[in-house]
Amino acid sequence: MYKILEARQLSEKNFLMVVEAKWVVRACQPGQFLIVKTDEEGERIPLTICDYDREAGTVTIVFQTVGASTTKMARLKAGDSFMDVTGPLGRPSNLIDMAPEELRRKKMLFVGGGVGAAPVYPQVKWMHEHGIDVDVIIGAKSKDLLMLEDEMRAAAGNLYIATDDGSCGYHGMVTGLIEKLVKEDGRHYDHCVAIGPVIMMKFVCKLTKELGIPTVVSMNPIMVDGTGMCGACRLIVGGEVKFACVDGPEFDGHKVDFDLAMERQKTYKTEEGRAMLALQEGDTHHGGCGMCGGDR
Amino acid sequence: MADRMKKVPVREQDPAVRAKNFDEVCLGYNDEEAAEESTRCLNCKNPRCVGGCPVGINIPGFIAMIKEGDIAAAAGVIAESSSLPAVCGRVCPQESQCEGQCILGIKGEPVSIGKMERYVADWAREHGVSPQPPKERRGKKVAVIGSGPAGLTCAGDLAKMGYDVKIFEALHEAGGVLVYGIPEFRLPKKTVVAHEVENVKKLGVEIETNVIIGKSVTVDELLNDEGFDAVFIGSGAGLPRFMGIPGEQANGVFSANEFLTRNNLMKAFRDDYDTPIHRGKKVAVVGGGNVAMDAARTALRLGAKTYIVYRRSEAELPARAEEVHHAKEEGIEFHLLRNPVEVLTDENGNVRGLKVIKMELGEPDESGRRRPIEVPGSEYEIDVDTVIMALGTSPNPLIASTTDGLDVNRKGCIIAKEENGQSSKEGVFAGGDAVTGAATVILAMGAGKAAAKGIDEYLRSR
Ligand SMILES: Cc1cc2nc3c(=O)[nH]c(=O)nc-3n(C[C@H](O)[C@H](O)[C@H](O)COP(=O)(O)OP(=O)(O)OC[C@H]3O[C@@H](n4cnc5c(N)ncnc54)[C@H](O)[C@@H]3O)c2cc1C
Ligand SMILES: Cc1cc2nc3c(=O)[nH]c(=O)nc-3n(C[C@H](O)[C@H](O)[C@H](O)COP(=O)(O)OP(=O)(O)OC[C@H]3O[C@@H](n4cnc5c(N)ncnc54)[C@H](O)[C@@H]3O)c2cc1C
Ligand code: SF4
Ligand code: SF4
Ligand code: FES
Repeated sequence: MYKILEARQLSEKNFLMVVEAKWVVRACQPGQFLIVKTDEEGERIPLTICDYDREAGTVTIVFQTVGASTTKMARLKAGDSFMDVTGPLGRPSNLIDMAPEELRRKKMLFVGGGVGAAPVYPQVKWMHEHGIDVDVIIGAKSKDLLMLEDEMRAAAGNLYIATDDGSCGYHGMVTGLIEKLVKEDGRHYDHCVAIGPVIMMKFVCKLTKELGIPTVVSMNPIMVDGTGMCGACRLIVGGEVKFACVDGPEFDGHKVDFDLAMERQKTYKTEEGRAMLALQEGDTHHGGCGMCGGDR
Repeated sequence: MADRMKKVPVREQDPAVRAKNFDEVCLGYNDEEAAEESTRCLNCKNPRCVGGCPVGINIPGFIAMIKEGDIAAAAGVIAESSSLPAVCGRVCPQESQCEGQCILGIKGEPVSIGKMERYVADWAREHGVSPQPPKERRGKKVAVIGSGPAGLTCAGDLAKMGYDVKIFEALHEAGGVLVYGIPEFRLPKKTVVAHEVENVKKLGVEIETNVIIGKSVTVDELLNDEGFDAVFIGSGAGLPRFMGIPGEQANGVFSANEFLTRNNLMKAFRDDYDTPIHRGKKVAVVGGGNVAMDAARTALRLGAKTYIVYRRSEAELPARAEEVHHAKEEGIEFHLLRNPVEVLTDENGNVRGLKVIKMELGEPDESGRRRPIEVPGSEYEIDVDTVIMALGTSPNPLIASTTDGLDVNRKGCIIAKEENGQSSKEGVFAGGDAVTGAATVILAMGAGKAAAKGIDEYLRSR
């Protein structure tokens, strides 16, 4: 069992947890992820390692409730445990392999959309710890959905905020803000890291390609094992099949087939919809919803 | 008295009933049936059957004990050579191993060795013969990577010799292919597999799940920092292959590994588990091995009309004869001498069909089997909404690529000596599918045994 030491609700749908996981924390690096399973019946859910404390043997995860499994996870409290936590999985971010002098010469922009702020944070923090100031954009639908604002402000060189409804910072999407920074404010970037919903990464990459800024994205396809065994996480990158769990999750965003990635995320849509309904309706679900045959 | 030329038939679930459930298909022999079948064995002076068994079980020896009604003694005879008889009795390709060599097979049906082995092992389990860890300790630590048949056997044997053994398993449950690949209806998880795992634990072996060697910790770190004196790698061959044909990334195309893992390890077939599975209406499974049969029969049980698409003919199907027979009985349709050329998709990116081409057999290739050749212009479409690729697997490069001085061959298989499992790196041994590529349970078990001996010799010589 893997004990939850801290559980905090960051916003309506976003939750942060600090979890004991000695084998994960032993070697994890920014850019990597882990897999959690709540209980015997639970799904294996991939989540980015958002922060870690090697001394304490703990990792921090931040997640958004999107379906039945993440909703179930959100009900756990400090003192509860996950049945399984595995990792670290995937390859570390390429940036950490570069020499600090080289990194310092680059002007870097990090973009975190929605819960994507969580996986961006460890990289920004790593940069900060290595004396490198980077620009960071975090975006959300509205002010109360923004996450990790204070943590980010402490680690970033410049922090910019974009909200769809204009309730905080720039009024509009992150793509609009990037365009403004580059075209109106004359900011120059050599490198961009964009993490968020696939649709956001797709449009950020479209823009940065026009602007000539190399861009790395972190893909979040459906996964099962996370070790290269099942192929559920396959993507097309630069015309080749890649497994996100072992070849990624980070890829050159200008080469990723985002439309295919979005299609593939829908694979279990109806099945997951039924699971969510069953969870929401709880014991009243026995009759069935007309679609699933109830407890057949 | 049994008919000398015919096997005592084994009771099975009715095909129409079992096609809708995940309970075990074969019900096994009861006491009378096993006793009757045992009388068919001629107790040959030169038993050909033993030569056909990769671990050389004393087959006439254990059958003689069944004849005498001393099942515990029969279990003892089998235990001299095999540590997973309840598994092997169920899943060994007997027709090409022990039973394929049995003298009775020349004129009639061979002795039902597998079914009797299973009977003895099930009896032993039900009568609670459980192993004890030895008193005498060697004071040396061995790490075993992977909890499939190779790892479990190696760990069990080393524990019996008095070593402190720890198994590291990447998944959340121990058993390897026995839990994530082979379905419940062929190999019951709770009764059979969990019991074998428990037995290994009773010998004092510690099993730590959720640890991925090469990610959480490397082989070199196990040896240098974590205090292990030797390492056995039994990490299997879990990497799936795809065909590289158009449409293969469509929604509704799965590797057999994904489909089976969701169903078996994650228990997606049960409503009380959260993991979803795609229950197709019409499913094509590409391939002809055990994996293909398992995927097809799982899809069938989840409610689909199911086809097998295989590029050679019936005679070349690599699956166990019994599985092919069972699959046909259950109503799975075989499209033989057919090869997929394209997965057809609808406007939403979902599978709507599989385009296949007819094949004919030409000259034998390097595998000795006749090479399938396309018949030009013979393409046609099969109406399906799901395609499962069961084309074989290869070893995961994760461990080899993170271990200094561990050599692999062209196919990514770890190079290790057959007699003792010694790899190119000192103190590191390997066996099972990680060394041979996808093979069988009994071979993996045999390799685990050989490596346990090799490790013992190595640690004594130091
Ligand atoms: C490498 C990796 C890292 C990840 N890191 C994080 C993280 O740090 N924080 C976090 O909150 N999530 C992260 N995710 C996504 C997370 O794993 C999924 O949100 C989760 O598995 C959903 O489970 P569920 O059963 O609750 O939802 P489901 O019931 O599986 O999904 C409900 C609906 O949401 C859609 N959906 C599923 N996943 C996503 C997604 N990622 N984005 C948008 N829609 C989706 C599905 O298509 C489905 O229709 C990561 C995924 C990967 C592969
Ligand atoms: C669907 C299917 C049906 C089959 N049917 C039959 C049959 O009927 N008869 C038969 O004889 N054989 C059959 N086989 C083949 C047989 O199961 C294998 O040959 C056998 O299981 C190999 O054993 P192993 O111990 O080498 O590897 P595996 O059983 O594959 O076990 C390897 C274990 O190592 C773990 N692992 C891998 N990498 C790491 C890592 N880096 N760190 C930690 N752990 C790791 C894996 O998670 C796994 O649990 C079948 C295989 C499949 C897939
Ligand atoms: S282990 Fe397999 S090959 Fe050997 S006797 Fe038993 S069933 Fe036959
Ligand atoms: S070859 Fe057949 S008959 Fe002879 S000992 Fe073996 S099982 Fe018995
Ligand atoms: S999650 Fe199974 S191969 Fe990537």
